[in-house]
Amino acid sequence: MSPVIKKKGEHFHLPSKYLLLILTVLCVGMMLITLTTDFTKGPLNGIVGAVITPFQAGISEVGSYLSERVDELVEIRDLLTENEDLKRQIDELTLQNTLLQQDRFELYQLRELYELDQSYEGYTKVGARIIAKDAGNWFSSFIIDKGTDDGLAVDMNVIADGGLVGRITVIGPNWARVESVIADNVNVSGMVLSTEDNVIVSGSLELMAGGKISFSQLIDSDNEVMIGDKIVTSNISDKYLPGIVIGYITQIDTDANNLSKSGFLTPAVDFEHLEVVLVVLDRKQTVGEP
Amino acid sequence: MRKIVIALMVLFCFVLQGTLMQWIALGGIAPNLLIIMASAYGFMRGKKNGLLVGFFCGLLTDIFFGQVIGFYAIIYMYIGYANGMFHRVFFPEDIKLPLFLITVSDLVYGFAVYVLLYLLRGRFELPFYFLHVILPEMVYTIVLTVLIYPVNLKINRKFDEIEKRSEKKFV
Repeated sequence: MSPVIKKKGEHFHLPSKYLLLILTVLCVGMMLITLTTDFTKGPLNGIVGAVITPFQAGISEVGSYLSERVDELVEIRDLLTENEDLKRQIDELTLQNTLLQQDRFELYQLRELYELDQSYEGYTKVGARIIAKDAGNWFSSFIIDKGTDDGLAVDMNVIADGGLVGRITVIGPNWARVESVIADNVNVSGMVLSTEDNVIVSGSLELMAGGKISFSQLIDSDNEVMIGDKIVTSNISDKYLPGIVIGYITQIDTDANNLSKSGFLTPAVDFEHLEVVLVVLDRKQTVGEP
Repeated sequence: MRKIVIALMVLFCFVLQGTLMQWIALGGIAPNLLIIMASAYGFMRGKKNGLLVGFFCGLLTDIFFGQVIGFYAIIYMYIGYANGMFHRVFFPEDIKLPLFLITVSDLVYGFAVYVLLYLLRGRFELPFYFLHVILPEMVYTIVLTVLIYPVNLKINRKFDEIEKRSEKKFV
């Protein structure tokens, strides 16, 4: 007799074999749906986000509160000696500051001169706090505590420390997932600032530990690109705003084909210690769908 | 009642996984609480419970961090189901089997993620990924199992007792 048939007076009981099969089919179906449509942006996201995000925000806050208190206790002794040193430093720094302010004034003049107004001081930005990191160890994405309610949207760029962190890929009413540029599945179209050569910057799990990301497809037949050159997001990237610093070149190798070059760069952002990020509310202008 | 508590445990573990576990991560590698949950309910309560707990653990991961919905759900679900096969040889007093099963589960999970998300994209450096992600995660997960698993076991026993008592009442 089939085990699925219901006997009278007996509880209906679905054997685990069938349940496994049904859920497998369900999962495969959902995978296909998410691959072909925008299902994830739908209501499911909103519901789960509304339930879980408050918890995450709460625990994150408690965690940072505790670690702050512990740090305080440890650091009190160091702070006393440090205070003395710092007072001495203040005098030095005031002197330096006046010099720097003069430099700054000069910089502003030069900027105007070279029409470098495009640098990202012109963008409108909003601050957000990181409340959770990727549950696995394989990719580098994180959740921030702002979402559509705060005017955020998918594909908005995220920056911190003046450098590119990543962009928003999934969003809910009060949270958003940011995929960082060092994640293994991310490629960014970049540009060497000094020579305006385009490169492809791709994150990698293998290099993440060493604090590096790799770049490739640099066409530089005149050997003009040097170690230490700044790589910024390019004008032709369809997701990232132009001119945001990604990092600085630390190594250049010629590829086996002798035409292009590849190498490594150190990101401008310290991804290990991210806590607060800035979301750029301007989005890259794209050509409308025909 | 038992279902609600299990659901709360899953939610609780998922929230901890994204927050507290990242605070205590060593060298950027965090232990995998969800594997402990899926695996433990598999061998403690049988295939059906294991696969359901695994499914929901994976689904939550998918919704928040996955590229496609259903991917992690399938992996966790099969791990839960496979652990359920060992329900027959499971004795609550013995901690060796749970430790062994959870270790193997995490290893399988690591390899599954590597093969499906990395190998298929042409990332062939298995030794690196094994030494830097899979192995540390496994070791760290075992350490955490020693702390988390007894809690699960205790909750499970409590409910077993309650069920037995109510059965006796009818007799």
